[in-house]
Amino acid sequence: MNSKCVDILVIGAGPAGLAAAIAAKEDGIDNLLVLEREHNPGGILRQCIHNGFGLHRFKEELTGPEYAQRDIDRAREMGIEIQTDTTVLSVDGKTHTVTCVSSAHGVEIITAKAIILAMGCRERPRGALGTPGTRCAGIYSAGTAQKFVNLEGYMPGKRVVILGSGDIGLIMARRMTLQGAKVLACVELMPFSSGLNRNIVQCLNDYDIPLYLSHTVIDIKGRERLTGVTVAKVDANRQPIPGSEIEFDCDTLLLSVGLIPENELSEGAGVKLSPLTSGAEVDDVLQTNLPGIFACGNVLHVHDLVDHVSNESFRAGHAAAAYVRGQLSGGDTLDVRDGDGVRGTVPQRIRKGVSEEVDLMFRPSGVFRNATCIVTCGGREIARKKAPIFTPGEMAVVKLKPEIVAGLDDTVTVTIERS
Amino acid sequence: MEITCINCPVGCRLSVTLENGQVTSVTGNTCKRGEIYARQECVDPQRMVTAVIPVAGSAMPLSVKTRTPIPKKLIDECMKALSAVEIAAPVKAGSVVLANVCGTGVDIIATKSVGA
Ligand SMILES: Cc1cc2nc3c(=O)[nH]c(=O)nc-3n(C[C@H](O)[C@H](O)[C@H](O)COP(=O)(O)OP(=O)(O)OC[C@H]3O[C@@H](n4cnc5c(N)ncnc54)[C@H](O)[C@@H]3O)c2cc1C
Ligand code: SF4
Repeated sequence: MNSKCVDILVIGAGPAGLAAAIAAKEDGIDNLLVLEREHNPGGILRQCIHNGFGLHRFKEELTGPEYAQRDIDRAREMGIEIQTDTTVLSVDGKTHTVTCVSSAHGVEIITAKAIILAMGCRERPRGALGTPGTRCAGIYSAGTAQKFVNLEGYMPGKRVVILGSGDIGLIMARRMTLQGAKVLACVELMPFSSGLNRNIVQCLNDYDIPLYLSHTVIDIKGRERLTGVTVAKVDANRQPIPGSEIEFDCDTLLLSVGLIPENELSEGAGVKLSPLTSGAEVDDVLQTNLPGIFACGNVLHVHDLVDHVSNESFRAGHAAAAYVRGQLSGGDTLDVRDGDGVRGTVPQRIRKGVSEEVDLMFRPSGVFRNATCIVTCGGREIARKKAPIFTPGEMAVVKLKPEIVAGLDDTVTVTIERS
Repeated sequence: MEITCINCPVGCRLSVTLENGQVTSVTGNTCKRGEIYARQECVDPQRMVTAVIPVAGSAMPLSVKTRTPIPKKLIDECMKALSAVEIAAPVKAGSVVLANVCGTGVDIIATKSVGA
């Protein structure tokens, strides 16, 4: 069995892993390795061929493959080694040894001074949903359909209903329509969409695809292949209302019901996970409870904007480099808590006495109009941000300035105040 | 008229006042792009179009985009024009796949490299 030692090992070559590796390399870490299980780096962006990526970071609107290519090119220019077709099987959180397998090298054991977890997320499967009816062909997750159409070049069906209004479902409603299918409806259980408003406009409204809010699929028909679904309105307790059924003749049902961070490896390593984000609990430099193990991107919490993923991951890469050099200050931390209207704030801890900018990121727990996000430290207000609307579909970010962070001395609480 | 700005994920809700088909005021935008968008959207809505097309000699399809937005009403025609394009590998990202699509003056370009 092969074994080797590196300074920093990055798991996953999506936008998160690439940005983290670039940052670490910029800081002079040369003995750096990125492992990726797919044949090509780029992560999920490879299949997101629509535009709308990179406005913040590159000040231009790119498609997913174009955004990914910029980081891949940069990583190659810098001489960063990306070993593809290599799957990480386990991570030992104490010894920092990683076991991985590839057809080229067989099983390898790699020991690293610091490890950056950047494995992304996956879609919630149908089983987690409890949709009723037969298990016939023609039911896919929206991301799988996206892969079929955009990377493999074939259409999963001709008449489509989409369950769930997550962004990937909305994006796929437009994609299937453009590539020649008929999308009959997008059905959402909640009274609001979990996707971005811009996607409702440009993916559904532009193509006259109806969005049924407070509706769900109550029956799935077909023996071998899907032949139709029954959709019904739900009451405030999300129970179907008799008499409200609508029948759709369709051969395809796409599920777009949310993403979950891919954390089997992290759990195996002993990384403490947050029940709210399903990702690691981290401090302000994205370090987990295990010293020298960092997490960034969708494996940490599900992002809707790749620009935020890159930003967060640069921070993780710089911090890992500092850790390797023994220059990362540790010590006491202060907790960050969710107050009213806020769910899953990342980071969960801020190191005491540092004076670096910190981005507090969270999901609003409901739809709040003309509301204000207020951050307090031991009851004292330290930051506020007003917005015309906060919705669970859009991650909110509040910046704490370095001088504010330096003065923290108590638990930090993030709250949304409704007017 | 209420519209949602689609220029960035913030998705500002814009209020537009129209008089005789002319935009007289835009409010609710956070940045200048929102106002430009509203003025365009109420007169001649435009969209970027992205798509995948098959490539001879490659198992993978090619992803493409209009270099700049085109009139929304031409999206269908644009997709039809694209479906007639015959292209063979190798294709380089950024190369023109279809020039001046539907007489818009806008080229359709490859967004990735295939078989290169
Ligand atoms: C199906 C899907 C569609 C999406 N569509 C959009 C969209 O349209 N617009 C948008 O803004 N955002 C979209 N997102 C969110 C998007 O994923 C993020 O913005 C961003 O790409 C996340 O980057 P990442 O590097 O954290 O994860 P990813 O891009 O998922 O990259 C993670 C990488 O880690 C690798 N990996 C995982 N486990 C292992 C292992 N054990 N060993 C080795 N390698 C491993 C994976 O192969 C992958 O390449 C989508 C997400 C999903 C899941
Ligand atoms: S107005 Fe500006 S900030 Fe608001 S959605 Fe449009 S581009 Fe984004």
